[in-house]
Amino acid sequence: MDFNQSADENLFDHARIIGKPHTRVDGALKVTGTAPYAYERHDVADNPLVGYPLGSSIAKGRITRMDATAARNADGVAAVITALDIDELPRAKSNVAKLFGGDMVEHYHQAIAVVVADTLEQARAATSLIEVEYEEIPGEFDLDDAWKRLQDRDVVSHVGDVDAAFDSAEVTLDETYHTASQSHAMMEPHATIADWTDGKNMTLWTSNQMIKWTRKALATTFELDPANIRLESPYIGGGFGGKLWLRADAVLAALGSRETGRPVKVALPRSFIFNNATHRSGTVQRLRIAAGKDGRITAFDHSAISHTLPGGSGEDAVNQTRCFYAGENRRVAHHAIDMNLPESADMRAPGEASGLAVLEIAMDEMAEKLGMDPVEFRILNDTQVNPEEPSKRYSDRHFVECLRKGAEVFNWSERNTTPGGKREGQWLIGQGMAGAYRGAPTMDSGARVRLSEGRLIVETDMTDIGTGSYTIIAQTAAETMGLEMDDVEVRLGNSAFPAASGSGGQMGAASSTAGVYAACVALQGEIAKCLGVESARFESGQVVTDDKRVALRDVAPNEELVGEDTLHFGDFKDELEIGTFAAHFVEVAVHAYTGETRLRRTLSVVDAGRILNPVTARSQVIGGMTMATGAALTESLNIDSRRGYFTNHDLAGYEIAVHADIPEQEVIFLDTQDGASTPLKAKGVGELGICGGAAAVANAMYNATGIRLRDYPMTLDRMLDRLPDA
Amino acid sequence: MKAFSYERIDDAAQAAARAFEVSGSKFIAGGTNLLDLMKHEIEMPAHLIDINGTGLDDIVATDDGGLRIGALVSNTALGADERIKRDYPVLSRALFAGASSQLRNKASTGGNLLQRTRCPYFYDTAMPCNKREPGAGCAALDEGADTRQLGVIGTSDHCIATHPSDMAVALRVLDAEVETVNPEGQTRRLTLDEFYQLPGDTPNVENALEPGEIITGVVLPAPVGGRQQYYKVRDRASYAFALVSVALIETDDGKGRVALGGVAPKPWRRDEADAELGNGAKAVMEKLLDGARPTDENAYKLTLAERTLAALLAKE
Repeated sequence: MDFNQSADENLFDHARIIGKPHTRVDGALKVTGTAPYAYERHDVADNPLVGYPLGSSIAKGRITRMDATAARNADGVAAVITALDIDELPRAKSNVAKLFGGDMVEHYHQAIAVVVADTLEQARAATSLIEVEYEEIPGEFDLDDAWKRLQDRDVVSHVGDVDAAFDSAEVTLDETYHTASQSHAMMEPHATIADWTDGKNMTLWTSNQMIKWTRKALATTFELDPANIRLESPYIGGGFGGKLWLRADAVLAALGSRETGRPVKVALPRSFIFNNATHRSGTVQRLRIAAGKDGRITAFDHSAISHTLPGGSGEDAVNQTRCFYAGENRRVAHHAIDMNLPESADMRAPGEASGLAVLEIAMDEMAEKLGMDPVEFRILNDTQVNPEEPSKRYSDRHFVECLRKGAEVFNWSERNTTPGGKREGQWLIGQGMAGAYRGAPTMDSGARVRLSEGRLIVETDMTDIGTGSYTIIAQTAAETMGLEMDDVEVRLGNSAFPAASGSGGQMGAASSTAGVYAACVALQGEIAKCLGVESARFESGQVVTDDKRVALRDVAPNEELVGEDTLHFGDFKDELEIGTFAAHFVEVAVHAYTGETRLRRTLSVVDAGRILNPVTARSQVIGGMTMATGAALTESLNIDSRRGYFTNHDLAGYEIAVHADIPEQEVIFLDTQDGASTPLKAKGVGELGICGGAAAVANAMYNATGIRLRDYPMTLDRMLDRLPDA
Repeated sequence: MKAFSYERIDDAAQAAARAFEVSGSKFIAGGTNLLDLMKHEIEMPAHLIDINGTGLDDIVATDDGGLRIGALVSNTALGADERIKRDYPVLSRALFAGASSQLRNKASTGGNLLQRTRCPYFYDTAMPCNKREPGAGCAALDEGADTRQLGVIGTSDHCIATHPSDMAVALRVLDAEVETVNPEGQTRRLTLDEFYQLPGDTPNVENALEPGEIITGVVLPAPVGGRQQYYKVRDRASYAFALVSVALIETDDGKGRVALGGVAPKPWRRDEADAELGNGAKAVMEKLLDGARPTDENAYKLTLAERTLAALLAKE
């Protein structure tokens, strides 16, 4: 099916199931511990061997010697494969860090060996028997140093005349900010069971967000025909972008299986999540805003730096500044600097999460300079077109309504406007807000639906990383086919199924449901053909034509009818800006003596097109807001700048928000539809929640204390000496 | 994890004797810290002696009006004990400020005293650490190190790690004593100050226990009354180690006691600082933190300790 123009009124505008709250169809499996996650697929690989990786203990250099004799002779060990045993594996386009092989080390905890043994304990014990010698090479680990050295501006885009706009501006802001490197810190580590026993056909049961990409990456890495690779990833215990790519777990399990002739399973140890897998790069950002006294923004000038291994793209924190607010003159520049830290790559709202964390503080600062309410300042500078390219309209943008609704529900007008002016006992109370923007891209998505005995099976390689894909896909299929939720079974995350968007870039919900809709329409065609009619309606489990009603189960008794199609998104979208928007409002308490910051309540008002399922969508928004709270207050991968690695590589040292940190979170979805997005008029919401959330917390902290912090995470040591006298 | 042998011994003195006899022995109770350390191969005992059957799991009154807490009493049970909540509230509060409920259910009183530091370099066996491997050096003292969580006082040129326990800080302010039995069956009592050793040039030695000697309990003296508080400052609201914690007892006579956690290799208390309590937080900290040697990254702990004590002393 081609989607070549905005959707008109259609069945989803009169939906029975889409848009209605529905608890997760896989919820019972999750809460009873019976959802089959990759490392526990006892059903597919009985008694596999267990692989355990050894990581490099230096950040940069060359391995000069490895001796695995003792490890090979250790109890239960079936095989040891060291990096010196094989040439560097070819790198897929999507991989930046080398995953295995060869003597060069480019980051700490790069996998340099895997031990395969009967048990995890045996494999783990034997890794420490491997002797390794290195020739160390000094590395670059300090982003601030790199920022100071920056000479030339690597301008991404420049519209108008920014320098002239600043020269003539009545009010300007020019500040520098830091965001920290962050880890996905998902609950389930990267894990894979590999069966490559014959060295030809490879099957992986794994935990991966993108089946199609990863199959391709495996084909490149192991020089195989993709047809010989099968991937299953039906349940994923969190991804956040950390599982978009092929990583060392799958590579080491495959190598181990080929070597031993048995299935091998590998889960990355927790410490590897931080230094072996990917993370979000920290940034240094300078942001300048110019405005007239009337509050209208005349110029933005945003430059940022982030780190990457050679060949990567870092964390592009300036992109949203190009289009979020009005202003005729705008310049952005992003510098991705090669450094010898582990690979930085996508993490939930890559770019926007760091960029809006800064832009939305700057907007708060600018509003204060102008003597304006920060909500009104944003409303005044709203735009319905891309300000860089005014011929490009936003397809459906209700940011102003988000702001107004949020201000009303949060009682914004009642807030104390004197920073540091509200105190309850030993706590300073503050309120802050921020805007949120995240693009709403879509990717061609396919699915297959199979009807038999009145029951429908949906198959697509789309994944569910805890987001609710199973549920919204079942809703889409039931809605389209006139069935009930119980009549539909959804099967995901299998390379044998038609390729969909996968889970990334908040594309999954909108794209994959559109693909399922296309497949259902194809099935409807098959059914109509069976009945010898041109068209039919599908309702209450029946096919309805002008002259008859036939139960779906009776259309082709004892036969399976199959519909398969891919929804192709047309070029018309390139002429539009399609995005999602939100306004976050936060109340915090900051301890006047100790500087501890605790959230008291949050509200997010969201404009993201048709909300397919308010239960799962709400989970996405509050989850994003929770992650933003971590980013604001605690989350930081601490760098040992001499040894070049992230020191706090466990969940005790890397502090994500816990239950006690998260108060009442309210979410309001505006009743909007964006026909330019998909036939369902839906857009993603998986990343919107984290966008701007950290700045809302930061702005509330400023309102509470009168202390303006510009460096994340905003831990108490950054403000202790500026708090009221004790 | 290295392979190890395992046995259960249900008598404390016999367990001590056995530990003395078998080299590389360690006792295991709740295992909440030891098992983690074994998985990381930071602890590599050759032999584990499970002491969960020794019956040291009750809290009984002593002749002089105090309480004797068995070494196996769980952190949950101890914190929830009515006598502890009524007469030693600082201890109950410190216990419930620690870890998570799942961990507190398993963690024992003796094990809590013996938990190891959370220094990130101690936890990474690829890094030099004098505590793990005497003479290896200390990565935390090198330029560029991550030291925000580490110690500011009582540290040495060989180690700047802190002791992570909350419970021990409260016990220190309560003048509790650790009761032990050695392989010969002899018992002794040590104050917390005597029990914990400063790192000096042997940071691998953390306490005064002799080979085989086992903690059998903790003895609390008769209640001292007063207003008792425990304030644990941390970056997130739960399940985090203290940046700084303050245990405070203010008695009706205007005197009191104060001990700090999160700043030193042991619960930190000085008599001369207690004596300044009537003169405010600044006066107390001038004595209590005299001689501090913070890093650039953790110097905030000095300010934080003073401000936290001020918060507790403030009548608002």
